[in-house]
Amino acid sequence: MKTFANILLASAATLAFTVVAAKAGDQITVISWGGAYTKSQTEAYQKPWMAKTGNTIVSADYNGGLAEVKSQVQSGNVTWDIVDVEPSEAVSGCNEGLFEKLDLTKLPKGADGSDAKADFVPGALLDCAVGTIAYANIYGYDSTKFPGAKPTKIADFFDTKTFPGKRGMKKEAKVNLEMALMADGVPAADVYKALATKEGVERAFKKLESIKGSVVWWEAGAQPPQLLASGEVTMTTAYNGRLFTPMATEGKPFVIVWDGQQQVFDMWAILKGSKKKDVAMDFIAFSTSTQPLADQAKYIPYGPTRKSSAPLVGKFMDGKTDMGPNMPTNPANMGNAIVQSVSFWSEHYDELNERFVSWIGK
Amino acid sequence: MTAIELGAEGLARRLARAERRGKLRAFLLVAPLLVFVLLSFAMPILTLVRQAAYNTLVSANLPKTTALIADWKADTSVSEALCEALVTEMHAAKAVDPAIPSRIATFVNRERAGSLSRVKQVANADIQAPFCAGLAALHEDWAQPEIWRALKIVSPSLSPRFFLQALDFRLQADGSIRAQNADEALHVMLFRRTLLVAGGVTLVCALLGFPVAYLLAHISLRASNMLLIVVLLPFWTSLLVRTTAWIALLQQNGVVNDTLIALHIIGENGRLEMMYNMFATLVVMTHVLLPFMILPLFSVMKAINPNYTRAALSLGATPWTAFWRVYFPQTIPGLGAGCLLVFILAVGYYITPALVGGQSGQLISNIIAFHMQKTLNWPLAAAIGTILLIGVLALYWLYNRLVGIDKMKLG
Repeated sequence: MKTFANILLASAATLAFTVVAAKAGDQITVISWGGAYTKSQTEAYQKPWMAKTGNTIVSADYNGGLAEVKSQVQSGNVTWDIVDVEPSEAVSGCNEGLFEKLDLTKLPKGADGSDAKADFVPGALLDCAVGTIAYANIYGYDSTKFPGAKPTKIADFFDTKTFPGKRGMKKEAKVNLEMALMADGVPAADVYKALATKEGVERAFKKLESIKGSVVWWEAGAQPPQLLASGEVTMTTAYNGRLFTPMATEGKPFVIVWDGQQQVFDMWAILKGSKKKDVAMDFIAFSTSTQPLADQAKYIPYGPTRKSSAPLVGKFMDGKTDMGPNMPTNPANMGNAIVQSVSFWSEHYDELNERFVSWIGK
Repeated sequence: MTAIELGAEGLARRLARAERRGKLRAFLLVAPLLVFVLLSFAMPILTLVRQAAYNTLVSANLPKTTALIADWKADTSVSEALCEALVTEMHAAKAVDPAIPSRIATFVNRERAGSLSRVKQVANADIQAPFCAGLAALHEDWAQPEIWRALKIVSPSLSPRFFLQALDFRLQADGSIRAQNADEALHVMLFRRTLLVAGGVTLVCALLGFPVAYLLAHISLRASNMLLIVVLLPFWTSLLVRTTAWIALLQQNGVVNDTLIALHIIGENGRLEMMYNMFATLVVMTHVLLPFMILPLFSVMKAINPNYTRAALSLGATPWTAFWRVYFPQTIPGLGAGCLLVFILAVGYYITPALVGGQSGQLISNIIAFHMQKTLNWPLAAAIGTILLIGVLALYWLYNRLVGIDKMKLG
């Protein structure tokens, strides 16, 4: 229902703007996730681009997934131009022919003069999508709940003897299976190799089984900070930005454990059949250049995908919190980190998710 | 033939014509609505059912491969002709639309995980005769029968495989059907749980709604109007706000637990677990759906003549007998309508249980949404949806047999 309302809203907005846009430059529709995240994009990418080019952007929110994209492309009635997707959607959308293949030579060089292809971190450039930020799946805890020894390792999440209390975990196969293997001692580099074998999957589920009775399963990204704050759980997996915000703005006693973090990109993709393909590509090239990516970090602790942006990252919008140490891509946080594998999940998502849902229900 | 007869016949014909015109006019009046219902209701449902059983992606783009692989016995090695057909047709399909090979690859991958890149490679690699050896050189998987079996399963345009999968069976390449591995079977369990939750919510709604509706129907109009607003209040509140409010009430450090502790009914260590389990799902869904039970009951009870009960009492019936034998049977149309409404709505619910139900919050609609949005496996989502639809229609039929649909009163 909500998505339907969103489509209605988007199309209504598009209609309204096509009338107005005639006198300004071109106008494109950009779809993102809403909330603080869309705000960070509006401030860092969209306002400067609109000021520079005279074009306009219609901004709308969605809840992820490719259902709307697929129905627009299949019906030939494409009203969205750019959509913010996760890598797995970028790849499956590309496979299904829902996204345009992008001309990556249009991406500008980094501010330090480095070539665009070398400037982006590995995995951030795909055939149909360009990464903007990297967020991390981490786990965090409430420091008041553990007065003595503090959790520091990914394995501590599964150690309910030393660190008692309930655990929050997302109700999905992704992230949890990798986390279980890393906690069970599989080196970060071998996680996906192990997960591709039957033994590896068994091992991951066995590890998850060991804490199944203590797990509170969450669904939406807003839940983990709420679960921690209310004392429902003592530790929970979360997206790093969701825990950072209450820590920075409300002074919540949460601590993020970076060991075993899993990074995922958010990416721009252009819908197949977009009427403003070139304008959309121009926006993507602008927004993924060095300075806008660095500026975005002022509003949200997600790491820029360009290496040349990292030195330019400053302080949070409150003017006192240093953003560098809160970035997933900060070297100190990267000690034991993996980038979520798109190629692995595009082949095994269905199968492992069936297994996971079946396991969770038993 | 006499003149009178002719006249009568002419009259009859004219009358028939006038009637026909009247009918046509009436039909034209409802035509827009009919077209709307057909376009927005019947057609999507039919497309959905079709989507689940019929798909020409492979058979239209790889016609020769489809024909050859249909004759292939799934246990022998593949013929050179088949390898050649696959390689040439994949390249031809890529020339038409670069997305087709990867879409075919996605299809094959659903039957055998890990096949996506193998199949995509075929369209990108330059393979010359001998083709089977060329494929095997591309990846050793092509020398094994498994990937070919997966291709054989997905190639026919008409296939029951999605319906089978929706019921936890898998179609095999040799045409036989096997039960899904125990640790991957989930649909039947979810169907059962969904029916259980919907049934439970309906029962609780009926038990709670009946006395409320009775009260509403038997107090003064002013008081009942006030109370009706209270009943309707949840309707006007956003779904997420309602759900979050229940979380604040029921969680471990929530209002209910804190109150019980303050009253010394439970100790600090005895906090009740009322959130993220089946209990929470039942409570929150009941709260949301209760008005759908109360309103039809209320309107039916309002119309019941109080003299019947009085007559029963004056004839010597006990209050219970008067209620049970005289009053209650007259509320059945409202109760039936309420139960049907609540049940059908509850079957399709998934956001609320997903947020508050924890481990037990996964219902069949979640899987439908998952395949619609995440994996883009629309045929499977359609198959599950069709089965759900058949189940609801069967219930409707049962209701019609037991209560009679003409007796249903919605308000």
